Amino acid sequence: MKNVDIAIVGGGPAGLCAAITAADLGAKVILVEQDDALGGQLVKQTHMFFGSEKQHAGTRGIDIGTMLVEQVESNPNIEIMLNATAMGYYPDGVLGINQEENFIKIKPLKMILATGASERMIAFPNNDLPGVFGAGAVQTLMNVYGIKPGKRVLMVGAGNIGLIVSYQLLQAGVEVAAIVEGSPNIGGYLVHASKIRRLGVPVLTSHTILEALGDREVTGAVIAKLDEKWNIIKGTEQTVVVDTICLAVGLTPLTELIDQGGGKLAYIRELSGYVPIHNQELESTVSGIYVAGDLAGVEEASSAMVEGKLAGAVAAKALGYKPKAAEQIIEEAHQELFDLRSGPVGAGIRAGISKLQEVRQRC
Amino acid sequence: MLKRTGVASPEDIKGVTPSLERLSKGPIAIIECFQKIPCNPCYTACPRQAIGKMNDINDKPVIIPENCNGCGICVSRCPGLAIFVVDATYSETEALIKMPWELQPVPQKDSIVKTLNRAGEPVGEGRVVLVQDGRFFDRTKIIHLAVPKQDMMEVRSIERGTFK
Amino acid sequence: MRIKKHPILTWDKGKKVKFFFEDKELEGYQTETIAAALHASGIKEMRESEEMHRPRGLFCAIGNCSSCLMIVNGEPNVRVCVTKLQEGMRVQRQLGKGELQR
Repeated sequence: MKNVDIAIVGGGPAGLCAAITAADLGAKVILVEQDDALGGQLVKQTHMFFGSEKQHAGTRGIDIGTMLVEQVESNPNIEIMLNATAMGYYPDGVLGINQEENFIKIKPLKMILATGASERMIAFPNNDLPGVFGAGAVQTLMNVYGIKPGKRVLMVGAGNIGLIVSYQLLQAGVEVAAIVEGSPNIGGYLVHASKIRRLGVPVLTSHTILEALGDREVTGAVIAKLDEKWNIIKGTEQTVVVDTICLAVGLTPLTELIDQGGGKLAYIRELSGYVPIHNQELESTVSGIYVAGDLAGVEEASSAMVEGKLAGAVAAKALGYKPKAAEQIIEEAHQELFDLRSGPVGAGIRAGISKLQEVRQRC
Repeated sequence: MLKRTGVASPEDIKGVTPSLERLSKGPIAIIECFQKIPCNPCYTACPRQAIGKMNDINDKPVIIPENCNGCGICVSRCPGLAIFVVDATYSETEALIKMPWELQPVPQKDSIVKTLNRAGEPVGEGRVVLVQDGRFFDRTKIIHLAVPKQDMMEVRSIERGTFK
Repeated sequence: MRIKKHPILTWDKGKKVKFFFEDKELEGYQTETIAAALHASGIKEMRESEEMHRPRGLFCAIGNCSSCLMIVNGEPNVRVCVTKLQEGMRVQRQLGKGELQR
């Protein structure tokens, strides 16, 4: 049994920032990551981040990842566990970890869950054919391993992930046939859309994929136009010759661990599905368990980093570590989150958070 | 139009096009950022206070024409690759466009390239005058492209297949 | 297909290793996953579904979805998207549920 002040599950942007903040305040931290490296999705982001200097705006995601990982690795208060999957949290306060087939028990005083999100799937015939990838898989192949997923890609979804991954495909030297988006409007930042449009990639809003074509692998896709009620307009079907279909149709929080550990969940569409009910200081309905990043509601990586910082400071403060300094970090983090969410693109998140607070009052 | 297609409308472009008088005085940055998003690296990067104060991080950046000298620092700092510099005074017949470039291949100095508009459609030809690179630019290269003067508010990219 | 030159990224691929996919000898790198090495050689089909025998490939690439389970050195149900390549590995498509060796 390992005793520790704070166990953090998930080594992506939220978990890394939580670990750095809590450890800097003096808490002893164990950071648990199921992959063989820290960084989460940051290691796949070739673009410069948005936001302000406080969230390292203007620096590429990969470089932010490297910087945060270096800070974690050089901090004597942080123990890193790689290839380690958090299996369950039990009523006696024990977190069970499977690390390369060894079962390790940790008894933390506080816990921060930053388990992230998983990709959504959409239904269409042949969506299980080899060559249909989640956007994250395409990013992993290209940006982690330097391998092209195919020669010519149909992207499904024009949110930020669909737009960014389309651009990353062009950077990798892969052709993007088109981006289809069911909604009449582009969901991601328009500057991302403009930079792929001017390279000749069509962005087809009010369009959807009807089916994937192919016998053993993808050889094409049928797409069609949608009317304002999202019904397929007959006669608009067209076949696109592609060997790869990339799905960027949204993310949903990975709630298994918090759910199993007794945290209550609520379905909030604006936060992308079931999310752990939590207060403004990110504490779940289980006392001493905090949530941060996409798990707390799917948002941008910049806000995930700030939420990590917030959760790290709240947990360290609760354990009595440098309460004044912690309080200052908490205030700053709240201000940063307010700024990031205050504009029109933050409207959905703001609505989601206020719904969450209503649900929390009732339970 | 922009929200449906990703291509800025003529009205959007009109709103950020400098006056003829300002264009006649030399290079100036054109910020094609038409949506309020939480982002301000251009504002913090500008050494000449040529981007109006952003009280809210979601404010759209607005160029102050009299302060801007078209240095292009903001071009390499914009996460959305949405800033261009246009110099209408480059020569009698040509204007110079500075545009961000994060793709392979990278065109060589003096190569003639096919130019593209905001929708990726062909406009004409341009001549690469300089490619700025190096540590400061952090892998976002800045292509200096000479184009016929009438194309300077149309051309925003180059066709990758037209050079090696 | 490997990316020859990338505008932003470089890769430290480490040591080249040989491995077998079915009876074909292929090359990959020690730093990459089995799934990555197979994709570099253009192989996308990793198994057949248990009941309908439909071809399945990589989908999530982070060990969550079970779409890429293969037989590796005789052991079935290996998530090749999170298992690193090793010299001499024998990788086979998994047809069905897979049986544990006794």
